Amino acid sequence: MSLIPAELRFAESHEWARLEADGTVTVGISDHAQEALGDVVFVELAEVGKVFAAGDTAGVVESVKAASDIYSPVSGEVIAVNEALADSPESLNSEPYTSWIFKLKPSNTAELEKLLDAAGYKAAIGE
Amino acid sequence: MGQRTPLYDLHLALGAKMVDFGGWDMPLHYGSQVEEHHEVRRDCGVFDVSHMTVIDITGLQAKEWLQYLLANDVERLNTPGRALYSAMLNEQGGVVDDMIVYLMPTGYRLIVNAATRDQDMAWMETQRQGYDVQLQERPELALLAIQGPQARHKVAELVSQARGQLIQQLKPFEGQSNGDWFIARTGYTGEDGLEIVLPADQAPAFFNDLVGAGISPIGLGARDTLRLEAGMNLYGQDIHLSVSPLCANMAWTIAWEPASRKFVGREALEAEKAGGVQLKLVGLVLEERGVLRAHQVVRIANVGEGEITSGSFSPTLSKSIALARVPMATADRAEVEIRGKWYPVRVVKPTFVRQGKALI
Repeated sequence: MSLIPAELRFAESHEWARLEADGTVTVGISDHAQEALGDVVFVELAEVGKVFAAGDTAGVVESVKAASDIYSPVSGEVIAVNEALADSPESLNSEPYTSWIFKLKPSNTAELEKLLDAAGYKAAIGE
Repeated sequence: MGQRTPLYDLHLALGAKMVDFGGWDMPLHYGSQVEEHHEVRRDCGVFDVSHMTVIDITGLQAKEWLQYLLANDVERLNTPGRALYSAMLNEQGGVVDDMIVYLMPTGYRLIVNAATRDQDMAWMETQRQGYDVQLQERPELALLAIQGPQARHKVAELVSQARGQLIQQLKPFEGQSNGDWFIARTGYTGEDGLEIVLPADQAPAFFNDLVGAGISPIGLGARDTLRLEAGMNLYGQDIHLSVSPLCANMAWTIAWEPASRKFVGREALEAEKAGGVQLKLVGLVLEERGVLRAHQVVRIANVGEGEITSGSFSPTLSKSIALARVPMATADRAEVEIRGKWYPVRVVKPTFVRQGKALI
């Protein structure tokens, strides 16, 4: 059983998204995703200023086992990336919900509603 | 559902993430592959490698046949218990499999890869025609590898006095029987350690004793990064049917002398040598962040191109390393393409770590 915080939204591709008070959206990968990947050793981050549509490739997480693309769960412009992951990529394993990967200024917050809620994600991963 | 070793239930109980490996359900890791890797380099760990195939060779012409079948020469095994690493080649000089051969009191014991079991048995059947030799697979045996600087010391304390003594006395690359156990000082990690062949019905209790004594179970994930750091080939990746051992850092395993010894693949290898060997297997080290992976393209300025055969993150070195097959003229620099971008890499001898120490 993996951790699925109730206040987050999830993409079927295993990213989580959180709408912050200032209207930005923070993105990371789920506990289920980090567990499936195994030990994360490198994160290729997007560039700040880049504009993504929902579902665009927004970086790569490399574990010892394999490289996996991460996708932007909603549309928007990248306003920050978590540079601390360069030195401690393993924090995606140890703290998947505090180790964010990037922050977006969303172009349409209604897209968040199209993402899965905690119960929907739980069902999607068969837990 | 894949085949299961006698330790399958114990792996599940220990929280292993199971994966398919050559038709077997095997533990990939028990939590963290990187931690398991460090545990073996620093202390020791136990691997279930019961999926590997044990074949005993007996018969009046066992030696003569193996001298024909294998590129290395079992004549070098002059006292019982000595072990030899060898390739088994086809007529074209491609590698059918790589294996360890032990000289036993009654013949020879081969330990070959799990995924190549069918290919090996079929090949050996065709090659043994006309020889007085018997092949006996031993599926009723389990195989545990205990590897790491503390492995022999810790195992010796858990077994009978006689076995403990044997473990202390074994020389590197030597194996001896004691009762129904066969204990060898061999492995696939670049560390000191043991490989123990024992009856399958005794394996769960022994594995439990080892884990109970604080020896961590280690999955196939760490086994792969450990062998990669040690520069050991993995069949199916670094070597296969269409790769010559001369292009796989295995020239040292080919016994050319005596020149009169005919072995399968010899003519092809001699022709290859005479024409000039074109490729070599080297090590690559990525100094920047990123991870080298199998099948990425290697570019060498003014020389040509090659390909990564095995690549991963090296937990000991905290950077990515790889084995790559490249043109013979490759010197000490190259570039690797990762997701459309070229990264500079150092070209090194393909032994990155031995006995806990970085060699590059």
